[in-house]
Amino acid sequence: MSTRPVAVVGVGQTHHKSRRLDVSFGGLVREAVFRALDDARMTMADIDAVVLGKAPDLFEGVMKPELYLSDALGAVGKPMFRVHTAGSVGGTTAIVAASHVQAGKHRTVLAVAFEKQSEGNAQFALGSGKGASLGAGGAFAPFIRAYIQRSGAPEHIGWKVAVKDRLNALKNPYAHLKIEDISIEKVKASPMMWEPTRFLESCPSSDGACAVVITDQAGADAAAADGRPPAWVLATSSRSEPPSFPGRDPVRPAAALQNAADVYTAAGITDPRRQIDTAELYVPFSWLEPIWLEAYGLAEVGEGWKLVDDGTTELGGSLPVNASGGVLSSNPIGASGLLRFAEAANQVRGAAGEHQVDGAKVAIGMAYGANNQYFSTWVVGSSLDPFG
Amino acid sequence: MSTPSTDIAVIGWAHTPMVRHTDRSETQLLMEAITDAIGPLGLTRADIDFTCLGSCDYITGQAFSFVSNLDAIGAWPPKRDSHVEMDGAWALYEAWLRLQEGDIEIAVVTGSGRSSTGDPALIYPMEMDPYFLAPLGADPLTFAALQARAVIAAGMADERSMAEVAVRSRGTGDVETLVAEDYLRQPLRRHDVPPITDGAAAMVLATGERARQLVDRPAYITGFDHRTECHNPSFRALDDSPSTRIAAEAAGLGTAPVEVAELQTAFTHEELLLRSVLGLGDDVAVNPSGGALRHNPIMATGLCRVGHAAEHIFGGGNRALAHATSGPCLQQNLVCILEGQP
Repeated sequence: MSTRPVAVVGVGQTHHKSRRLDVSFGGLVREAVFRALDDARMTMADIDAVVLGKAPDLFEGVMKPELYLSDALGAVGKPMFRVHTAGSVGGTTAIVAASHVQAGKHRTVLAVAFEKQSEGNAQFALGSGKGASLGAGGAFAPFIRAYIQRSGAPEHIGWKVAVKDRLNALKNPYAHLKIEDISIEKVKASPMMWEPTRFLESCPSSDGACAVVITDQAGADAAAADGRPPAWVLATSSRSEPPSFPGRDPVRPAAALQNAADVYTAAGITDPRRQIDTAELYVPFSWLEPIWLEAYGLAEVGEGWKLVDDGTTELGGSLPVNASGGVLSSNPIGASGLLRFAEAANQVRGAAGEHQVDGAKVAIGMAYGANNQYFSTWVVGSSLDPFG
Repeated sequence: MSTPSTDIAVIGWAHTPMVRHTDRSETQLLMEAITDAIGPLGLTRADIDFTCLGSCDYITGQAFSFVSNLDAIGAWPPKRDSHVEMDGAWALYEAWLRLQEGDIEIAVVTGSGRSSTGDPALIYPMEMDPYFLAPLGADPLTFAALQARAVIAAGMADERSMAEVAVRSRGTGDVETLVAEDYLRQPLRRHDVPPITDGAAAMVLATGERARQLVDRPAYITGFDHRTECHNPSFRALDDSPSTRIAAEAAGLGTAPVEVAELQTAFTHEELLLRSVLGLGDDVAVNPSGGALRHNPIMATGLCRVGHAAEHIFGGGNRALAHATSGPCLQQNLVCILEGQP
């Protein structure tokens, strides 16, 4: 890192469900925030600034909800910052919060992200109420077909990812989908949504929130001395590319490659497949797992699907991916990216509970948004020099 | 190595024509603003290390409206990039933090909005607490009128002094004629409220030596802070702005006098309130640009305040203040101090 070391010392999330009718927007974010503060042994008084992220305001029909949420988030009298970078927003929220501390402007910052999808109609909002929308599944299906054609991957790869992530979700108390009898046969028999993506290869719509406490070196050292290991932020990057033009490759987006190069260079990672112990990748549709394994250098081009096929990315494999169950198991859209970053942090803190990857020292959290255009990633480690 | 926060400067900015309505898209507006901001500096889009855009889906009337604005940035090869659902002044704040990390030198931030495409009375109630306030359907005019009454009751303003603010900002009209007009919302008359404006602005930031190589007189950001308040205006003292005061103190306003203050005061009474809260004397030129009462391109209005304050420094001034706000009755406030020396 070129700047002041910062670390995650608290992580919290809600129980994610289709409809959290038991809580208001304020109640939803507070559920995650208080878990994160408890985890950090802090109160709202310890927080110097709040960074809020969420996907389009049209999803819930509340414009700039950070204004209304200032009270619930304990932000009164403090800086309250709002990020929105499409589906990657949760990740970018963590990155911007980290930047607040890296710059030396603030000591301890709360990153919060949420979506309460049940309050609105995401499909309607994606089309801005102006007519039919392809939806995310429809938008990504052509990229998936292109990936399959290029790599020659067999069709069961998507089904395997879907089963793996749902099995992992059974070990995550906060996960939305708990499909006890998930199986290849069940996925294969589920309705075709957007060729080749079947219903059980798709993410759910969730209500949920996530919060992360990011602090400076002194705060992280104090947590470590108290027996609560921090997750050191070894590198962050956000990269974007324009929507569409000849020469753009949405299957292997240049912004994703650059995003990976940024964080690997900054973190001193030269062999990601060997040096990274586990990855939380943004996989809302099953085939995105092999696509991102390749874009992030965790597999050779055209070979990502083989890591799925041979069990490498399973919880017991040598590179577990989405041990938490991932976006395929919980998808409060704006929070989904922050959940990836938070789960990666918990892995290197040894705080992932039943879905802990044994001995994880280095993890990446990654989120993407729009038509494979916005990419945010961080690398976290159990120490500032995990390769030493 | 990290870059000292005070060694980051505004080195240029540009804005589109500010008009009541344009048929050009936000992307087209930004294309022009960015080109006009970087061109005179001899920079191209390839020189920009980081971009942060500020805009609002509800103003644009479309989810993910900022995505197409990547075309205006020219984010190819892919850029380090971010977007805030806030005025461009907060995009500036994010870029200022990012530049302190020290690995990059040049950032461009923007603010853009086409308010003409929607009805403020329909849109703005949606930024209120969805359970208790949004259903009331109170529009910005109503909330502003409530605050104006509080400011008048506190003796900081009267209808005449408010009209004087309007005349000075717009450079037209006379007080006697204006105060004889009917109310829109008592005590507000048409001259007390902002116009609807379509427009975009872009600003270029640079660090240390790079800033000094590119321009003779960078406008250094020597203090920068923003704060929020309780959301519900009925729980606040509307004749005060504690968040502005805290932000100004944190930005170091009190350490030396400013010659110019550009305040995002879309309603006349807001200027009088903030002059009082910030302790600005008669020797400070407030909103020499005409401010938000002359042009109010929402989501760019705050960034334009910083731009005009920077112009004062470019022209030889020593110290200027820029302010931006968001939310009902000045809920959230930002203060940026610009100086000729780092």
